[in-house]
Amino acid sequence: MTVTEQPTTTLKKGFVGQSIPRKEDRRLVQGQGTFFDDVRRHGMGYVHFVRSPYAHAKIVSIDVAKALELDGVYGTITGDEVAIHTDPFFEMSVEPGGNITDYALAVGRVRHMGEPVAAVCAATRELARDAAELIEVEYEPLPVLVDAEESLKDEVILHDDAGSNVVWSGVFDWGDVDAALAEADHVVKIDRLHFHRFSSTPLECAGALVEYDKGTGEWTLTCNHQMPGVGAIWMAPALRVGIDKLRFVTHDIGGGFGNKICLHPQYVVLCLMSRKLGRPVQWTEWRTDQHTANAHGNERTFLDVEVAVRSDGTMTGFKVRALDDCGAFPRYEPLGCIIWAQVTPGMYSWRNVRVDFTQVCTNKSPVSPNRGYSRMQHLWLTERIVDIVAAELGLDPVEVRKRNYVKAEQMPYETPNGCVYDSGDYAAALDIALDLIDSGSIEKRREEAASRGKLLGFGIGSTLDSGTNNFGQSTLLNPELQFSGNNEAASVKLDIFGEVVVTLGTVPQGQGHETTAAQVVADILGCSPDQVNVRRGHDTWFNSHAGFSGTYASQFAFTGLGAVKGAAELVRDEMIQLSAAVLQAPPEAIELSEGFARVKDGPPEAALPFMALGAIINANNAFLPPEFNPTLNHRYVCRPYFGMVDTEKKTGQRTRTYALQIYCVVVEADPETGEVDVVDYAAVDDCGVRINPQIVEGQVHGATAHALGAALHEEFVYDDEGTLLTSNFYDYHVPHAMDMPPLKTGAMESPSPVAPLGAKGMGEGGGGGIHCICSAIQDALRSAGGAIVHDSCNPPHRVWAMLQDPEAMRANVTVTSR
Amino acid sequence: MPEPVTSMPVSLEVNGEQIELEVPTRRLLVHFIRDDLGLTGTHIGCDTGNCGACTVHVNGEPVKSCMMLAVQAEGAKVSTVEGLAAEGELTALQQAFNDHHALQCGYCTPGMLMSATALLERNPSPSEEDVRYALQGNICRCTGYVNIVEAVVAAGGSA
Repeated sequence: MTVTEQPTTTLKKGFVGQSIPRKEDRRLVQGQGTFFDDVRRHGMGYVHFVRSPYAHAKIVSIDVAKALELDGVYGTITGDEVAIHTDPFFEMSVEPGGNITDYALAVGRVRHMGEPVAAVCAATRELARDAAELIEVEYEPLPVLVDAEESLKDEVILHDDAGSNVVWSGVFDWGDVDAALAEADHVVKIDRLHFHRFSSTPLECAGALVEYDKGTGEWTLTCNHQMPGVGAIWMAPALRVGIDKLRFVTHDIGGGFGNKICLHPQYVVLCLMSRKLGRPVQWTEWRTDQHTANAHGNERTFLDVEVAVRSDGTMTGFKVRALDDCGAFPRYEPLGCIIWAQVTPGMYSWRNVRVDFTQVCTNKSPVSPNRGYSRMQHLWLTERIVDIVAAELGLDPVEVRKRNYVKAEQMPYETPNGCVYDSGDYAAALDIALDLIDSGSIEKRREEAASRGKLLGFGIGSTLDSGTNNFGQSTLLNPELQFSGNNEAASVKLDIFGEVVVTLGTVPQGQGHETTAAQVVADILGCSPDQVNVRRGHDTWFNSHAGFSGTYASQFAFTGLGAVKGAAELVRDEMIQLSAAVLQAPPEAIELSEGFARVKDGPPEAALPFMALGAIINANNAFLPPEFNPTLNHRYVCRPYFGMVDTEKKTGQRTRTYALQIYCVVVEADPETGEVDVVDYAAVDDCGVRINPQIVEGQVHGATAHALGAALHEEFVYDDEGTLLTSNFYDYHVPHAMDMPPLKTGAMESPSPVAPLGAKGMGEGGGGGIHCICSAIQDALRSAGGAIVHDSCNPPHRVWAMLQDPEAMRANVTVTSR
Repeated sequence: MPEPVTSMPVSLEVNGEQIELEVPTRRLLVHFIRDDLGLTGTHIGCDTGNCGACTVHVNGEPVKSCMMLAVQAEGAKVSTVEGLAAEGELTALQQAFNDHHALQCGYCTPGMLMSATALLERNPSPSEEDVRYALQGNICRCTGYVNIVEAVVAAGGSA
């Protein structure tokens, strides 16, 4: 392992950097975690949504009468009521997408299978389902669009208000790609590449328990929303209330991965229902509903790729048309149209890039951020380009990467569009991965596999995990948007009996925030992580949230822990001042350690336990002079500095840190069936200072499993009528314990010079697994006709097709040399 | 035609406690455990019996409690994650999950623990392959199974 010294952190290594066991685990292994569905209220009703069986249809009529007659049914809500009592959600896009009207329930028309058209509330889950069956909806089917390229023709329009299926389009042009192509020794053209639709499918489905307080007009949502700050920004205007009327409470959350960011439509219905019925209402999404109508990852087609390559293998630029399919409603989109540009050149030193980006609606489930959001699709493109160029020009995939990687000595490196890669040694990380997988033995293993009738392939995936967003990049979509920067809050206090209490604005879903926050606080205050009580989950009433609070976009290590560090340091400074006053010593003579404030090198009795400090401030403070008023209770907001983006040139800092992951994989393909087995896999991660290496490694494992599933079998498949064919875990096969190969992991630590703890956000680098498997499958097929892998998902039937007709798969790529 | 029976009394033992309750005949065992008994450690992750988050033991065998009606548990001995260890204690397996970072969000964990406990009861020192085979009915979306398998193997070694 390579570890470089961390120059910027003000912390000495103590608990930070250790793999201490997680604080969260004890309750969770005993079944004592609290997930939203575990919470009950007196008189609570259960909500079930009536969903469209059609992908595209006019709603002729909805009749709820029979449902309301059923004993135990409390009430219903339909789209017409939603249109009266709420306003449409705000749209981020300029025209035409900005004109789309999106309500919490379908109004007059459904645009994807599973779209909620009505909601019913009843005394039990079973009754609510029964009642939903009794709601009669008459539909008039309309022509269906399931293909983005078809959608672009605008022959059928999904949103009449927009007048086009295009949500947003724009050209990003940095450097001079035309000159690069004109001067190139080789131009490699790839007609079409397709990044498929899948999602991380957290095991706990979405939902909420919503209570309305008639006296105050406030709603409390006990829920699993992973980005409440932004959720409230959507919901409050729609509900025509101030943002202070929405209190979000989370406890334990059963995974999120971005899929629990776009829950505002369902939550608005629950708010209306609880207000209408005057009772708490609860909704737990069914698995089929999550697959059908919650959150898919963005599907993206790359057209007319042209890559400029010099004879020595240096790639100087590329251009591409990207066509993104966001499903029936944009919601969090069109942010995906610009988020990819955080990693414009991938890990490479391309200086000339042109991306002509268009996003369209189709009659499929809306998308939402999904682990690796939008960058994953783009990085897959850059990795496909590298491997296709290598294959077509006969270059070594390792050498071509090392030749084109941004070099360690170039760090911090400014990309053509003004992003700053903060640190890292990409080539060194690749070397570690190559060692782990014993790349020198590949040819021997290939022969051995061939003797068993198997095609062995070796692949590399290089990926960046850009973390800590600058929301100002949204102005590249729409200059009118009033978002910029980022923030996260935390508070730390010393309580009356010496308890150290931490509250977070973040919304953890398994990332171990209670543990890592306790490690940071323990080092600053001089105590053990066991003495630090980090409150579970998020509560708006903690007052420790900020506008962008949440857990998303690989930023906890920067903003979340940055806030914790800031608050803990404020408390530490006051503890020292207070101890100095009590012990009659200068502040610089006070040290905090092992739960005591001591006079350094003083007698043992010159020490105050934390309990004494907490008690003085909270309960026994009469002797303190009036001008000295410590509170031992501080809130701190971590606000990363980005500067402004240039909306004309589309340049500026979009994210603050860049963790890297390099993956190497060996696969074996069965030429008879197209079945691909992953037989060896190595992952190297560099996220700067690792607060808790075990947690970092766990994220790498999990992200790898997501990538393996996505690369080999997970796909949301629609038929021509817009019916989802993979709507449950039978048809949508996620990896099981038997599917996972042995994983080898390695790590480097290149501390971020800009992050408060030198730690970079990480956890979303799993897309690299998709890249490396595609790379390895292409390598495996080299001796069987040399098909080019053009899809990010390669289940047996697709691999088999490539084996049957490699020429058809090769026709997609041409090389012009001069 | 007689009226269909819509509820029935059931009598069963859950975590050593005798339970007698009138339940709707169509109620799933998992909803009975969670909603009627308040034992919310048993979770639900799918509608189709694939994910295993709802795994409990029925007469000592691991069972997906979403695949069974509550009334089918008449006379059975059911145990859930809450019944694995005495109050305030952890089994060697639960401790191994903590030591090996075998959980992230913790949602699949109770089901994993019930399946793995059943494995360790019939095979006290399972190999990695044994563990993977025994856990293939339990989905985890966070860990990639690496540390779960490691924890179960370690717990077996310590038994």
